[in-house]
Amino acid sequence: MTSTPNSPGRGGDPVGDPVENPVTHTHDLTEPTVAETVHGVIDSALDEQVPVPAGPPVSAAAAALTARKAARRETFRLLLRRPEFVIGTLIVAFWVACAIGGRALAPKDPFTGDPFQTHASPGSEYWLGTDRLGRDVLSRVISGARDVLLVAPISAVIGVAVGTILGLVMGYFRGPTDDILSRIVEAFLSLPVAVVGLLALVVLGPSNWTVIGVVGLLFAPIVARTVRAAVLSERELDYVQAARLQGESAPYIMFREILPNVTGPIIVELTVRIGYAIFTIATLSFLGVGIQPPSPDWGLMISEEYSQIINGYWWPVVYPSLAIASLVIAVNLIADSLQGVLSR
Amino acid sequence: MLVYVIRRVALALVTLLLLSLIIFAIANVLPQNVGRAILGPFAAPEAVAELNRQLGTDQPLVNQYLRLLKGIVTFDFGTSYQTGQPVRDVVTTTLVNSSKLAVLALLLTIPLGLVGGVFAALRKGRLADRVIVTLGLAGSAIPEFVTSTFLIFLLGLKLNVLPVLATWPEGSGVGTQIYYLLLPALSLVLVYFGYIARMARAGTISALESDYTRTATMKGMSRAAVLRRHVLRNALLPTISVIATQTGYLFGGLLAVELIFNVNGLGRLMVTAAKAKDLPVLSAGVLVIGVIYMVATLLADLLISWLNPRIRLGATS
Repeated sequence: MTSTPNSPGRGGDPVGDPVENPVTHTHDLTEPTVAETVHGVIDSALDEQVPVPAGPPVSAAAAALTARKAARRETFRLLLRRPEFVIGTLIVAFWVACAIGGRALAPKDPFTGDPFQTHASPGSEYWLGTDRLGRDVLSRVISGARDVLLVAPISAVIGVAVGTILGLVMGYFRGPTDDILSRIVEAFLSLPVAVVGLLALVVLGPSNWTVIGVVGLLFAPIVARTVRAAVLSERELDYVQAARLQGESAPYIMFREILPNVTGPIIVELTVRIGYAIFTIATLSFLGVGIQPPSPDWGLMISEEYSQIINGYWWPVVYPSLAIASLVIAVNLIADSLQGVLSR
Repeated sequence: MLVYVIRRVALALVTLLLLSLIIFAIANVLPQNVGRAILGPFAAPEAVAELNRQLGTDQPLVNQYLRLLKGIVTFDFGTSYQTGQPVRDVVTTTLVNSSKLAVLALLLTIPLGLVGGVFAALRKGRLADRVIVTLGLAGSAIPEFVTSTFLIFLLGLKLNVLPVLATWPEGSGVGTQIYYLLLPALSLVLVYFGYIARMARAGTISALESDYTRTATMKGMSRAAVLRRHVLRNALLPTISVIATQTGYLFGGLLAVELIFNVNGLGRLMVTAAKAKDLPVLSAGVLVIGVIYMVATLLADLLISWLNPRIRLGATS
């Protein structure tokens, strides 16, 4: 990939141009978006105090800490001013409550159905109807939040952690290390995650743990590319040179000097990845290799009932579909506003 | 230009090599006795050994990988564990149907995305812009199978205007096939519209704000001419590479869509193979999807470099 789309024009579009919206399958090795603009709120607040890399006097460190806190508070205040952030957070909070509350919130038992009430239409007894086994759809949608909200964030965290290390190594060392790893990353990017995930989960056998591992590791190359881009522009700065001249070790410079300065894109990447993890895991569950029955997972519910829509039994499919749609859109709204604020 | 082309093709070949290595490594990450898996736990050990010998699965992994590489060159991917048919045959038949669906989806998505994106850019910040951007955003955030269920519910069940199963009668003409493929294609359009529109919008906005556009306007060129000769020409270049990447990912999205709409395509084949643990078919399908992505991005890069004199004459990436 040679193109560097839309790096210009960003400056003139302060209201979080949706173009640089993170919701994208677009895999573009350059990904200029976050990398150059991270020096937003956090850094500008820090710049005055923290050109000092190694062994700063205590007072400077303390000042840096206060500045960092102030910057964080400012970021949060900016976020709260964005309606899409507030809406996204409320929806996610709702599903998190369902995930935690689970059985306590569900009006009926999500696992055992009434054999005389199969495919009952939505009504006063079953608000969202029942499925083919007579199980309450509302209760299943509520308790179905748990697995995906556990599995998706953990795999996103693994992906971001591994990807960050990879990206730091690639961006810091450059040269042959970077060339070789870049080729491997690019090969991974030519495969949609759900497609390789399907193969890997068939081989490993599907379970929540294998799903977490597979999705996490498949996300790592994507994250690595973003982090690498951020590190590349960072490593030329004076503080990195200074640390190098002082004889600091490579791991120290990567993790203690560069890493704190690229947290912006990493945080954005983490939120974006959580959205994608939900997307991917729902798809894998739908394909039968993700979260396994008897879990009332949304993707599973849809896969068990989709062939019945055309017979008029739409409720066991449409309601979990709405649940997935609302959750991924909410996470993306949050990711979007985070990117807008952090790259301002 | 020639240097660039050679370099780019060589890189693609390296990627293909790595791709095959990745797929092979994943497929063999656990030690497995293929013969035993096919024949079941009660088969005689001699029969299992004989089957393993026939399939070549008794060979060391290095030899098996070399055989896979040879297979890629000679287009021979072994036989399906499930049906015993040559993998090549099953993959090519289904790939034809998948390509019909993908081409139809792209023919709908690309013009819609380009027009939508440019239109949004021209009305930046106004209602039309917001609607297009939000729709695209929502569409691309939602998994394909979820979009499909919404469409089946709305267009198939409530309005009853389109067939929900893409199983057209034997020997139907192009028109009938398109009619049957319209609903699955629409679910793909909803998902991929956003990417193309977003990129077209960004490209147009940055071209509109550029110095050359200002110069052209200042020297008295009409708005239509400025748009045609300066803005669109520059705006759509980056969109080409997004279209290419999305073409690759679209084939990935086919997995769920073909399953839902019962399209006899590569995606459904891979899901069935996954259920039956038919690794040769599944790995071949993954490889084909990777190759499609690779070829699409390669073509896009070459097209962009050909359209962009800075790359064409500069010859460095």
